Amino acid sequence: MSTASVKIPVWIDVGLIPLVNIALAFLVSGVILFAIGVDPLQAVEIILYGAFGYDEALGYTLYYTTNFVFTGLAVAVAFHAGLFNIGGEGQAYIGGLGVGLGILALDPYLPFIVLLPLSILLAAAFGAAWAAIPAYLQAYRGSHIVITTIMFNFIAAALMVYLMVNVLIQPGNMSPESREFAEAGHLPFVHEMFGWFGIAVTPSPLNLSAVWAAVCCVLVYLFIWRTRWGYEIRTVGANETAAVYAGIDPKKVVMLAMCVSGALAGFVGINEVMGVHHRLLLNFTAGYGFTGIAVALMGRNHPIGIVLASLLFGMLYQGGAELAFEEPKVTREMVVTIQGLVILFSGALAYMMKGPVERAYLRIVGMTQRPAAQEG
Amino acid sequence: MTDLLLNLLLSFDATLRVATPLVFCAMAGLFSERSGVIDISLEGKMLAAAFAAASMAAVSGSAWLALGTGIAVSICLALLHGFACITHRGDQVVSGVAINILVSGLTVVLGTAWFARGGQTPSVPNSARFTPITLPGAEAVADVPVLGAIYSELISGHNLLVYVAFAMVPLTWWVVYRTRFGLRLRAVGENPNAVDTAGISVARLRYTAVLCDGVLCGFAGTYLSIAQNAAFVREMTAGQGYIALAALIFGKWRPLPAMLACLMFGFLDAIAIRLQGVELPVIGPIPVQLIQALPYVLTVVLLAGFIGRAVAPKAIGRPYVKER
Repeated sequence: MSTASVKIPVWIDVGLIPLVNIALAFLVSGVILFAIGVDPLQAVEIILYGAFGYDEALGYTLYYTTNFVFTGLAVAVAFHAGLFNIGGEGQAYIGGLGVGLGILALDPYLPFIVLLPLSILLAAAFGAAWAAIPAYLQAYRGSHIVITTIMFNFIAAALMVYLMVNVLIQPGNMSPESREFAEAGHLPFVHEMFGWFGIAVTPSPLNLSAVWAAVCCVLVYLFIWRTRWGYEIRTVGANETAAVYAGIDPKKVVMLAMCVSGALAGFVGINEVMGVHHRLLLNFTAGYGFTGIAVALMGRNHPIGIVLASLLFGMLYQGGAELAFEEPKVTREMVVTIQGLVILFSGALAYMMKGPVERAYLRIVGMTQRPAAQEG
Repeated sequence: MTDLLLNLLLSFDATLRVATPLVFCAMAGLFSERSGVIDISLEGKMLAAAFAAASMAAVSGSAWLALGTGIAVSICLALLHGFACITHRGDQVVSGVAINILVSGLTVVLGTAWFARGGQTPSVPNSARFTPITLPGAEAVADVPVLGAIYSELISGHNLLVYVAFAMVPLTWWVVYRTRFGLRLRAVGENPNAVDTAGISVARLRYTAVLCDGVLCGFAGTYLSIAQNAAFVREMTAGQGYIALAALIFGKWRPLPAMLACLMFGFLDAIAIRLQGVELPVIGPIPVQLIQALPYVLTVVLLAGFIGRAVAPKAIGRPYVKER
């Protein structure tokens, strides 16, 4: 290309092109809304008000955001190692199982202050273990991690149904749920915490795990960009052959990245089981693991981007529910549709807009630079 | 004796019905993956086709028009997958996941907007469905012991799409192993460089493969909503696309073994309910969930190389970049 001498600045690649991709996804979503006879602009208004307009809505938005931060970080850590972890759903499920089993066994004996760190550990351990098997099979037996993690989602679902129906069900109860945890096994809600200081907040499922999600963002940032392990993960993800030359063992890196990834996904169990439902039940993961894929792609695998993308999806989940309530023509699945479009445009078609955007940039730069060059 | 035979026949009969969409999807995936394009989106294409076919059948009352619509919608998604993976060299798995999620949302959104039944389509009358066909002479030979029963119970009495599905297997075999297109298809999945060097367009071949994939997924979806059932229900594919993918891997990307794997998974599904509560010696009662999870577990075990090796086409998942 004749204009190759002009360098494309970084902000185009990290900032503008992702934004263009997301804009495309929303544009198509708008077209779909229009096609089913809903005014897209009015829909945006309802979504924004439904997500941020009053404190209960904000609470719900942040509660969903918490889940997406966990699963988004999970997908991102694996992505850095060049692995595509579709198993977030199953890992979150099993992580929640770990939390539930621990609390069910110990809540009569231990206080909250002991149960909390223990539950975090159990969520991480169970989630990591569920991710470790596909990781081992990929690293040492050459099976494809994408296929095995998909299979493990189904196996986790079957396992949970079996356990809930046959083992953990509360005797005398018709629906497959465990008994409710004792008070010591409840993570405090944010509205309760505000209540301790005498501030009245409308109840919502937002709970203490949101703080843990923020901590995880910082920890993941430090892990990926400030530790040797993170460096090894990024090196393997960027170029496995080079990594081997540098003395890095890709097998260990695969194991490490997937275990961290599974642990992060497992924390969804903290939010859902310990924070909201206070019992083990079926289907509490509700697709959060899959949304994590969209979140990580949209957030460019960086904690800051992931927080922003999670907030956006939190908004869509909560505001979308509001929209479904207001507009009988729209269902909550509109959010799933948008999610699919985001994954399509910012993941699969990530390079589609690269050429056009860069050409447009060069044209604009070329126009402003030519007169300047003539003067000099 | 006759009781046992009849029970067995009924199980096999159910197996054929359950395995039909799997066979369609496995053959679909075979075309795509043999050309080097991973297809996670079998599930999504099948679901979209099921929705499109049921909607069209409900509106037009014609099963054939519905089949055409199902196939057309599935082809559109296949082309989208091709556009992302072949033209723009996007990640094939990400593209597949995107399509699955997109369709799972969009079918409910459109279904609710069009029919206002919570994502379902109205039920389709029999005149707009593919209904069971009694093969010639089935009733005449029904009383002949064993063979007559097999013919009239097992082979006769399915709808047209079941026969099409099983006819697709030898057809796929013939196309893949006995035609020039099939030779190139296999080559492009193993070594696209060589195919390119021979002056054949890699992109064009892969698009053709993805098209075949779309057509077959269209059949699978149509079968689900207007042949096996009489309406579209949200998420009605329920993971069968993934099972088909598992069967394809199980069959090592070859038509006949893939079909046998579909039959095996279908059989497991068909007997899952019957085995509920049955006590096996030593093991005790079998949990239904174990049987339901078995295809997935078996696939993982196979992929791990514990029961033979599943060797995928070499260039699978890799976008082809022509050297300049």
